[in-house]
Parts: sequence; C-alpha cells; structure tokens
Amino acid sequence: MTWFLTNAWLIPLIPALSFVVILLFGKRLPNKGSEVGVIAVSASFVLAIGTAIAWIQRATSGEEHLRPAANNDLFLWFKFGPSETHFGIHIDGLAVMLLFVVTFIALMVHIFSLEYLRGDRRYTYYFAALSLFTASMLTMVSASNSLQLLLGWEGMGVCSFMLIGHWWEDKANSDAALKAFLTTRTGDIGLLIGLTMTFFLAGQTFDIEKINQAALAGHMPHTLLLVAGIALMGAVVGKSAQFPLHTWLPDAMAGPTPVSALIHAATMVVAGVYLVARFYGVFSQAFHIFTPGNSGFNLVAIIGGVTIIIAALLAFVQHDIKKVLAYSTVSQLGYMVMALGVGAWTAAIFHLFTHAFFKADLFLGAGSVSHSGSHHSFDMKKDMGGLRKQMPVTFVTFVIGSAALAGIFPLAGFWSKDEILVGAGHNGYVAFMVIGLIGAMMTAGYMTRCVWLTFFGEYRGHGHPHESPRQITGPLIILTFMAVVAGWVNGFGLHYFQKWTANPVVESAMRLGRVTEAPFSWAAAALSVTLVLIAIAFAWAYYEYHAFGFLHGLTERNATAKAGYTFVEQKYYLDHLWTDVVVGSIKRPIAAGAYWVNQHVIDGAVNGTAAGSRVVAEFVYRYIDQDLVDGAVNGTAFSAEEGGSILRRMQTGRVQQYAAAFFGFGVVIIGIGLLALTHSF
Amino acid sequence: MLLNEYLLLAAFLFCTGVYGALARKNSVLVLMSIELILNAVNINLIAFGAFNHTVAGQVFALFVIAVAAAEVGVGLAIVLLIYRNRHSIDLDKVDVMKG
Repeated sequence: MTWFLTNAWLIPLIPALSFVVILLFGKRLPNKGSEVGVIAVSASFVLAIGTAIAWIQRATSGEEHLRPAANNDLFLWFKFGPSETHFGIHIDGLAVMLLFVVTFIALMVHIFSLEYLRGDRRYTYYFAALSLFTASMLTMVSASNSLQLLLGWEGMGVCSFMLIGHWWEDKANSDAALKAFLTTRTGDIGLLIGLTMTFFLAGQTFDIEKINQAALAGHMPHTLLLVAGIALMGAVVGKSAQFPLHTWLPDAMAGPTPVSALIHAATMVVAGVYLVARFYGVFSQAFHIFTPGNSGFNLVAIIGGVTIIIAALLAFVQHDIKKVLAYSTVSQLGYMVMALGVGAWTAAIFHLFTHAFFKADLFLGAGSVSHSGSHHSFDMKKDMGGLRKQMPVTFVTFVIGSAALAGIFPLAGFWSKDEILVGAGHNGYVAFMVIGLIGAMMTAGYMTRCVWLTFFGEYRGHGHPHESPRQITGPLIILTFMAVVAGWVNGFGLHYFQKWTANPVVESAMRLGRVTEAPFSWAAAALSVTLVLIAIAFAWAYYEYHAFGFLHGLTERNATAKAGYTFVEQKYYLDHLWTDVVVGSIKRPIAAGAYWVNQHVIDGAVNGTAAGSRVVAEFVYRYIDQDLVDGAVNGTAFSAEEGGSILRRMQTGRVQQYAAAFFGFGVVIIGIGLLALTHSF
Repeated sequence: MLLNEYLLLAAFLFCTGVYGALARKNSVLVLMSIELILNAVNINLIAFGAFNHTVAGQVFALFVIAVAAAEVGVGLAIVLLIYRNRHSIDLDKVDVMKG
C-alpha cells in the first residue's frame, strides 16, 4: 500500500497531462475531448482512494501517525546560497482528505457537465480548463514547499478566470471574470509578502513543515510574525471570499453551474481555509490563538464571524438561486475560518470536508433546475416554484442537501457545524459560539426560503419542466448520499476523522496553549438542532401559511425596515465602495452615500428621538458634505483633469515619435555617463 | 586583430538601423531596421569576444539571434493583423492610442 503514498505525485500529474492532450487533440476526438477529462479524473480519483486507504492504515498503526507519510522529494527545483528547494509532495491527513474531496467532486462535475454543456461552442476548451484546474488544485494541496503552493494557487486563479468568463460574449460574464480575478489578486499580494517573510523568518527555507516548526519554536520576532500572519490573512480573505473582499464570489456565478459547484463552492474557495490549516504554526503563534487567558478575540476569528452573519443576511434578499447558494458558501467559509481562529482545527477541516459534498449537491441541483425546469433561468421568483412534482429526484436531493447545510441531525453538516460550535466554547471563544448559533439559525431560514420558492407554491415560469436526464441526476444522487453519510466518520462520538487527519503541527500548537480537542456534547447538539428547527418552522410558516402577517410588506410600510432592506439588498454598498470609491476616482458615491445616510438613517433617528439631530444632519450635509467633501473631491478631479489635458498632448500615438524620444534620451544618458567616466579618471 | 574596423562597421549598421526605424513609414521596413540594430550589437559582442579570447560573446550573440527570431515572428504577426484591419501598413496611420 505504500506504493500509493510514494507515488501520490501521479494524482496531480494525470489531469495536467489530460489538459495538454485535450488542448492539442481534443477537437479531433469523437466526444470532443470530454472523454479524456473524465478518464483522467477517474484515474486520479482511484489513486486518491488508494492513497486515502494507505494513509489510514498508516495513521492508525501506532506512533508513526505523527510523521507525514510521504514527504517525497521528486527533484531539485532550484537552489541559491545554502537553501535548496525541492519539487515534492507532502502527504498527510489534510492533504489526503483534500485529494479525495477534489478528485471526487471533480469527477461528479465532469460527468454532470457532459450533459449540461452538451453542444456548447467551447466544449473542448471547457474540459481542458477543468483538467487544468483540477491539476492546479491537486498540486496545491500536496505541495511540500510554499512556492509550489503558490504555483497551484495562481493556477487555480487563472482557471477560475477562464471558466467564469466561459461565455465571454456576454459583457456581464467577462466583467465578473475580471472582477473575480482582480479581487483575488488583491489578496494575493498578501500571499507574496507573507511567503517571502516566512521564507526569511524560518531561516531561508520554503519548506512548509520547517516554517511551521520554526514558528512554533518561538525563535521568530513576534511583530514580524504578526505582519506575516496578517499578510497571509489577506490572501485568505481574497481567495476564500471573506468579508470585506467577498464581493467577487456571488458575481462569479456568471460561469456555468458545474463550474460554480466545483470551483466556487467545493474546492477552490476553500484554498484560503487550507492555507490557514497548512500554516497553522504560523497563524496560531502570530494571532495567539491558543494563548491561555487571551481576550477571546483574534483577527482570524473576527473575520470569520463577521463573514458568517453578513453573508447569511445577504442570502435572504437574493432572487437568484445561485446567488443564495453563493452567499451561503461565503457564510460557510466564514465558519471554517472562524473555527481555525478559535483553535478548532479538526472541526474546520471537517466542515470543509462535509461542506464540499452538500454544497456541490446544492449547486448541481440548481443547475438541474435551470437545465430542465426553468428554461435556463436562475430567478426563483420569476421562473420557478412548484417544481417538486415535475422534478422529484432534483427536489429530494436538493432538500436533503439543504437539510445537511442547515445542520439537521444526523446529516453531514450537523456534525461538522456542531464541532465548530463546541470547539469555540471549549477554547474560551464564547462570543463566537453565539455568532455560530445565530448563523446556524439564519442558514436554516434562508435555505427554507430558497427551497420554498423553488419547489413549492405555483409554477411561475413559462417552460415545460421535466426531470433531468441520468448524467445529471446520477451525480446528484451520489452527492446526496455523501451529504448524508460524510459526517458519520467523525460523528456519534467516533473520532475517526480526527485520528486520520491528526497533524503534528496542530498538536504541538495545542500543547503550547495546554488546549485539548473539544469533546462531543449532546446538550450543545440538542441546542443547535432545536434552534435550527425553530428557524425552519418560522420560515416555513412565513412562506407557506403567510403567518406573522404583520411582517409581510413590512418593508413597504415602515421606513426603517425599508432602509434596512435596501441596505442589505445593495450588499452593504460594498460593491460601490470597491468599484466607485476605491477603484474609480472619488466623486459622486461618497456625497451620494452620505446624503443617503442623512436622509434615511438620521431621519429615522430624528423621528424617534429629537429634532436636535436634524440640525446636526443639516449642518453635516450643508457644510461638511457639500463644501468640504465635495470641494475636496471636485478639486481632486479638477486637478487630475487639468493635468491630464496637458500631458495627453505628449501621447501622439505614433510609435516612431516614441522611439525617437527613446533614442534621444538614450544618447543623453550615455553622454552623461561618458562625461562622468572621463572626468573621474 | 584590429578591433576598430569591426566596431566602425557595427556603428555604421547601428546608425543605419536607427535611421530606418525612425524615418521609414513601412512597418516591415521598420522591423528590418530593428534587425539591423540587433545585428550591429551581435557584431560588437563577437568582436569583443574574439578580442578577449572568450566564447561568451558568441554565446550571447546566439541568444540574441534566437530572441530576435521570436521577436520578428510576433512583429510580423502584428503587422499582418494591422493590415487585415486597416488595409495599410503605414505606421503614421496607426495612432489609435493618441491621447
């Protein structure tokens, strides 16, 4: 069985070769290259299963489980000075788990895509890009040094860009692709800085294991370690769509649905979570995650906690079924990041494991609905409703997936979410346990809304809904099965998952803080399930029986409620913040936004309290807004415009004038250099 | 050996190339002039290499030739696309980047 562990490098290599083969010969093959992709991913999947079995045998056989099984250096990549960097694979519980998840979901998505994208004009390139993505992700999760990790990380970013913009003829799609790429790139600056800093802090090595050990040994200056941790956290925020850079993920739904299921739900977006889990020595030391007597707060946990609530609120106001799922993904990624921040390492990657199955199931279910039920639309309010009769398989799988996501006993999501909550309480992060519970209730609420709008009530579309063919329902059924059973490997008090993924870095980090893994508690489980059921019952009564009548139409009647709804519906104006204020030149949005805040928020307060605040608001509006802010903004814009109009004359567009200037400057500089040389001698 | 003659030849070629690159209107001729500039550099490299009895100059020249081949490939492809879109390869007419 050790053959699988030492030859695990084949797993990323096969999809990489498949990419080349599809690109070169795909169009000439009878199935346009799709068969190559499916065969390659199947081969990788079989190898990943073999690796998983071999690893489990090894991890459960005595002391050896503390050592990474196969730290296999394949060849010397490069060396400078005393530091050598080997291209190699690092196979441990975390890597094996992700190898399994990625190949499994990729296989399901490949099969689903055979039917879903049939007749697409770029069918061959679609499968080539899927192969390249799979290869990149597998490279990243099995990387033994941080540069190899970066290689896979950026490869995934490129594939994500290519696949979101798959139908680039539509401007919205290519815009979404650009937005996703540039937003994650913003975070990737942090990754470059962080990896460079850890390279020097750990004594000039890219080896991830050595970096972790050096961080845990406490030889690094804490300030530098903290800066490196914050920089790496930037990469996590970008790639894993955490607040405040989460805005790209919902737009990324412009890509084909199987892509959303694979890249933007199950695998690529968890890369940030993987990064924290992989560099846990660095993160736990930098942010004092396990330090006894800390205040119960740190940056990682706060970002995760804020993301949970913010994204879950947004999921309530979406009309597009894929956007509901996208915000749900953001929220669930928040859970994982928060779990890592509160020291519940096993719970975090366990949630990653279970989430991959039920979220891929939900996305593919949404794809099935749009493929056969709503005439390629994703609008729940306009084109869906009442589909449970026509699409029974899709309906049942979607409902089970939703229940797993909401955390109903004994489905997959229940066990992992419960572990996160118990872990947060166990390690002294009580505030985050409460946030997690609130988030769980909100998850149950928005998923009930989503299921009700899609499958219950009257059909509102204009198509002829029917059940999807077998290539689509097959993956759905398999994924639903996994969504039910995936949690059992660590559920019912059986801690198999924990034993298989036991990580020496995490264990020594916990030992430093004298922390243990949280035990399973039936009381906490009962509490969270009860809260979730209450939330579902509430949402169901609201939608199906129109209960709580005073709440219906509240947003139309009450100004405060309406303002709140608009605020959430506009995604907290974060998109406006990034595109208009930060990226574009600062002009209207600040004034308009401040004016809007004056009109709605402050007016509301005025009605409630006193007229005094109105005077203040007037003052702020008239003098600060109109004169100070607008003045500064207009001044900036004016000077930029004036400067531009002078400088633009230099830009004639004629290459030869540029070349002449280039040569002229060259002559001048060489002349100066010659003069300096001759005069100094 | 005498270095001067080679350097003078290279300087002459270089000046010819710069003149061509700056003054000609035909994009293909401009590309050819750039080749002249590169070859002037090659002559210098080889001449200095031979003068100092080292092979490094010739190695560099080989690299320059290889890169120049790639550059001409890209350059001619651009010229071809410009011609296809505007039915002219007059460089003065390609000024869409005008500010």
